[in-house]
Amino acid sequence: MNKVIKFIVLDILKNKFVVIYTFILLILSWSVFSLENNFTKGLLSLLNIILLIVPMVAILFSTIYMYNSSEFIELLLGQPIKRKKIWMSMYIGLLISMTSAFLIGAGIPIILFAFSSVGLMMLVTGCLITIIFVSLAMLASILMRDKAKGIGLSMMIWLFFSLMFDGLVLFLLFQFSDYPIEKAMIGLSFLNPIGLSRILILLQLDVSALMGYTGAIFKDFFGTSMGVIISFLCLLCWAIIPFLISLSRFNRKDL
Amino acid sequence: MIEIKHVSKRFGKLEVLNDVNLEMNRGECIALIGPNGCGKTTLIKSILGMVVPNSGEILFQGKSIAKQHDYRQHIGYMPQIGRYPDNMSIGQILNMMKDIRGFQGGYDEELFRCFELEGMSNKKMRTLSGGTTQKVSATLAFLFRPEVLILDEPTAGLDPIASEWLKEKIIREKEKQKLILITSHLLSELDDLITQIIFMQDGQVRFHKPVDVLLAETGEQKIAKAIAYYLKRNTL
Repeated sequence: MNKVIKFIVLDILKNKFVVIYTFILLILSWSVFSLENNFTKGLLSLLNIILLIVPMVAILFSTIYMYNSSEFIELLLGQPIKRKKIWMSMYIGLLISMTSAFLIGAGIPIILFAFSSVGLMMLVTGCLITIIFVSLAMLASILMRDKAKGIGLSMMIWLFFSLMFDGLVLFLLFQFSDYPIEKAMIGLSFLNPIGLSRILILLQLDVSALMGYTGAIFKDFFGTSMGVIISFLCLLCWAIIPFLISLSRFNRKDL
Repeated sequence: MIEIKHVSKRFGKLEVLNDVNLEMNRGECIALIGPNGCGKTTLIKSILGMVVPNSGEILFQGKSIAKQHDYRQHIGYMPQIGRYPDNMSIGQILNMMKDIRGFQGGYDEELFRCFELEGMSNKKMRTLSGGTTQKVSATLAFLFRPEVLILDEPTAGLDPIASEWLKEKIIREKEKQKLILITSHLLSELDDLITQIIFMQDGQVRFHKPVDVLLAETGEQKIAKAIAYYLKRNTL
């Protein structure tokens, strides 16, 4: 299995896309920290960039890579290798390359300019977001046989979690503003990994005071260590469950 | 060596394999023939575990292959259309397969030499012609000295010289008491190769006979004519 992972990682690196992605992240985060003299402000600007770009690159690149590797997967299937191992190697290979790109691109500036609990939280959630969206990409690529449809589905997933979900939540908030829905909001926020990461990072900063009553409720829950642990477990579920579904589908797939 | 028991496979409503029963043994060279879309490739892919049958079981050396993978180290498979990662070169593909297999005991690089792939080993797979890709597939199938060779349309797309090399190679492997399963539409090519014929139609095995029995029954000299005779008699 390690040999297969090695081949996948080398193949991705040869692609140069991941290298370019690393550089873009590096330049973006470096310039954000150089523009602001206060690193908290820098982190806040970086947060929005990371939560938009990282999931998009992770899901689109992984989906395209999965479709382009269909020949490779077919070739391996005729060999004495377990099906499970082939799929897991693809997942781990993608994880290694995408998270290391993030850790180098965003990690170095954060550690240099903003080495703090918020910075660390940002690195950890950034890695988790990468893993979650790689995992969703694997699910999208197994659900759709057609490449164009698969990439379309991936873009829809990304759009949904980064833009549409917040819109839906706002809509619900206005519709049910007469009811005490603050607790329900906490439950809803678990359904969106990007939103959840944003909340986790924002609560490490002190800007939550600006978020009013809901912010206070959020602080009550997500500010405690219990809340943080539950949120991380939830993010881990987001990373693992889509992958497991895709794995069981791949095990039954006819090629 | 390979036993297929009551295997059926449906793709949606389409019944591709319908209660197929076969037994194949060491030292046999079997031609799997039949019209397009009769389920030949699906049957081969089921033996390789790429397609999972809806019912029935396939035994390899007496053991069921369901959810197994180790048995595949005894099989060399040459696909009808070999698909390989585009941005790898011939040399890289061969090295990767050697690395992944971790095979002990001398690679069989005879075809690699005969096909003169050495000089092209830096060429990327996407730049290769169909015939050269077939040569790579054939080389890979024989590389690990497998006991069973499954060749799906092996000579399609090969030039006459390469195709002759491949046929001679198949005959030599047959003499080593290996099981060889070939699908082909070029019946004339099979004459001096095969010992048995499996004829499939509409996902069912019409007959499975040794070549000499088939020729004797029909009174023909060539396999192609014998099959044609059989088909006519059946439809009349």
